[in-house]
Amino acid sequence: MTSSLRLRAGLVSIVLLAAFLGVWHLATRSTAPVATMSPEYAKLMGLTATQGKSAMPGPLDVGAKLWEHVKRPFYDNGPNDKGLGIQLGYSIARVGTGYLLAVLVAIPLGFLIGMSPLLSKALDPFIQVLKPISPLAWMPLALYTIKDSSVSAIFVIFICSIWPMLLNTVFGVASVRKEWINVARTLEVGTVRRAFTVILPAAAPTILTGMRISIGIAWLVIVAAEMLVGGTGIGYFVWNEWNNLSITNVIIAILLIGVVGMLLDQILARFTRMVTFPE
Amino acid sequence: MSTFDNPFDPDRNLRAGCACGQHRSAAEHDQAAAALHCEPVESEEKRYEGVVASAVMRAMFPQDVARRAFLKSVGASTALAALSQFFPLKTATEVFAATGAPEKKDLKVGFIPITCATPIIMAAPMGFYAKHGLNVEVVKTAGWAVIRDKTINKEYDAAHMLAPMPIAISLGLGANAIPFAVPAIENINGQGIVLATKHKDKRDPKDWKGLKFAIPFDYSMHNYLLRYYLAEHGIDPDTDVQLRSVPPPEMVANLRADNIDGFLAPDNICQRAIYDGVGFMHLLSKEIWDGHPCCSFAASKEFITTAPNSFAALTRSIVDATAYASKAENRKQIAEAIAPANYINAPVTVLEQVLTGTYADGLGGVKTDPKRVDFDPFPWQSFAVWMLTQMKRWGQIKGDVDYKAVAEQVYLATDTKKLMTEMGLSPPASAYKSFAVMGKNFDPAKPEDYVASFKIRKAS
Repeated sequence: MTSSLRLRAGLVSIVLLAAFLGVWHLATRSTAPVATMSPEYAKLMGLTATQGKSAMPGPLDVGAKLWEHVKRPFYDNGPNDKGLGIQLGYSIARVGTGYLLAVLVAIPLGFLIGMSPLLSKALDPFIQVLKPISPLAWMPLALYTIKDSSVSAIFVIFICSIWPMLLNTVFGVASVRKEWINVARTLEVGTVRRAFTVILPAAAPTILTGMRISIGIAWLVIVAAEMLVGGTGIGYFVWNEWNNLSITNVIIAILLIGVVGMLLDQILARFTRMVTFPE
Repeated sequence: MSTFDNPFDPDRNLRAGCACGQHRSAAEHDQAAAALHCEPVESEEKRYEGVVASAVMRAMFPQDVARRAFLKSVGASTALAALSQFFPLKTATEVFAATGAPEKKDLKVGFIPITCATPIIMAAPMGFYAKHGLNVEVVKTAGWAVIRDKTINKEYDAAHMLAPMPIAISLGLGANAIPFAVPAIENINGQGIVLATKHKDKRDPKDWKGLKFAIPFDYSMHNYLLRYYLAEHGIDPDTDVQLRSVPPPEMVANLRADNIDGFLAPDNICQRAIYDGVGFMHLLSKEIWDGHPCCSFAASKEFITTAPNSFAALTRSIVDATAYASKAENRKQIAEAIAPANYINAPVTVLEQVLTGTYADGLGGVKTDPKRVDFDPFPWQSFAVWMLTQMKRWGQIKGDVDYKAVAEQVYLATDTKKLMTEMGLSPPASAYKSFAVMGKNFDPAKPEDYVASFKIRKAS
């Protein structure tokens, strides 16, 4: 039963994808009326103007271009033109650094705040105010104060991905069942040991959920940050190709951003399953 | 007068004559152009000598008319001999070309991917930096605010900036006041007003009330030129139209999406809009002010003082590249060198149209204007004064300005001045020339009167 459901779902997915690609192909194939022009003039103009080609590339154009990128993902033509593999590597490294720093700060801090109802209440308004701030809003401030664009990018990832983790850790720690803590207390378990053997395992699923939300946010942020500071990374690639009005490459980048984002999410999802326990 | 022209030619025309303004008649222009094409590239030393001699002549005779009269009366060779007597041009040229070991060899120079940055960019693939003993990485940057911050943060040693930006930064407008200097202008001309194709019958600016225009940055020649142009046609740029600061790459997309009606933007953006069939060239910026500066090569005073030899080598590379770019016959080769994704990242056809000046106008015609964009490094201080008058006119500067002091602090004819001091001569007090913008003369000595002479301006 489940296997047939999975099969049917897969079929529907494929049909949907095919329908989407078909509509896309048809929509971009149509040619607009073209004004007559002298050959000398036409030579100086782009395809949109001379052949009425749609400014939006079709799926075949994107596929061909994607194949080109896949064939040589690690080329390096100087500081402003590197292969997609290298660009993604830079982005993942930035996200990794910023995210790891956020984990290192958020989880211990969340633990402390969660264990103290007073702190939890006192800090809540600050967290609530800082949480919804867009990465792009942080960027000018970061550039101005840190005075280094790559550190600024990492800082922005850090500051944007810390909040969901912090809140979830606080929530997870605060909502550990009272009975379990009381049992630990009856058995005279020390505070540190209690934190690691009772509270941490109990709060782990909630913390991991926070981490999973955060990695998604970090990946969202990196593209915006790199578009702004430039230099390297997938966000810079999008900006550079936008600069050249190459929608084909922008679509490829969008696709890759989606795929990498999904992979990161799946990795965290797997960790979450590892620490989940039946109640 | 361009820095690379022969300063000892008394017959060099001042205005009128031919299309490029350098010849007495159109016929002579054609002849010269033909001759130029097969002339071998002059030696480097010759070029430096020309630049130094130009600077000296200019310093002695800031007015072309006076220089012309002087040369006419004594003859070019006598003038050269006389000048060499008390100013050893040969030695000066050697000093200018001499390479003291650069303090810092690996440099980073930021640029915005537009054709204004041509000398900065081409100097990398075409080896001008390497020739002067530098290993320069040219880094593409997302926007003017970012390039400003990265240069202030010292991530870049020097950068491509809009000509008014170093002035604004030095004055602390829109940034912390940090002394910056401009040793070389990148390009002159090379901008344009592009309108969306649907406005092709609205060629009279008087009909432009209510339109939305994009400019690349508030502190840009584009802003000042567009405002000037609109105001001359009775349109108040602050109340009658909307001006938006939009990064150049986004302009074409916005024009296509109907978000804006037109823009005064740097090339290749203008030509790109035409290439993609979304707009047409209303006017080249050259027609507003022929020979206006646009972008500059800027560095912080700190870099200049801590690494003077690196800075000198950089400036030499840029002057060298600018000289190469100013020759029409090199332009095609340059277009190919700077088109790849590592540099400007634009179709070669577009860059060629910009650089060679034979371009599609977006209305079905092919136009030719070899001076559509040109390259001349001399940082005239009167340019800076003009920009300051416009900052004042549009309320970017409040209160009194010491025009001359700011201009001289930021727009250095650094190399020339340093040279002359080394030679034991007192550097010229000024590097000012007067020019006309839309037929209205500008006298750099009377900036306040100039500001007051405009009817349309922001009430202060």
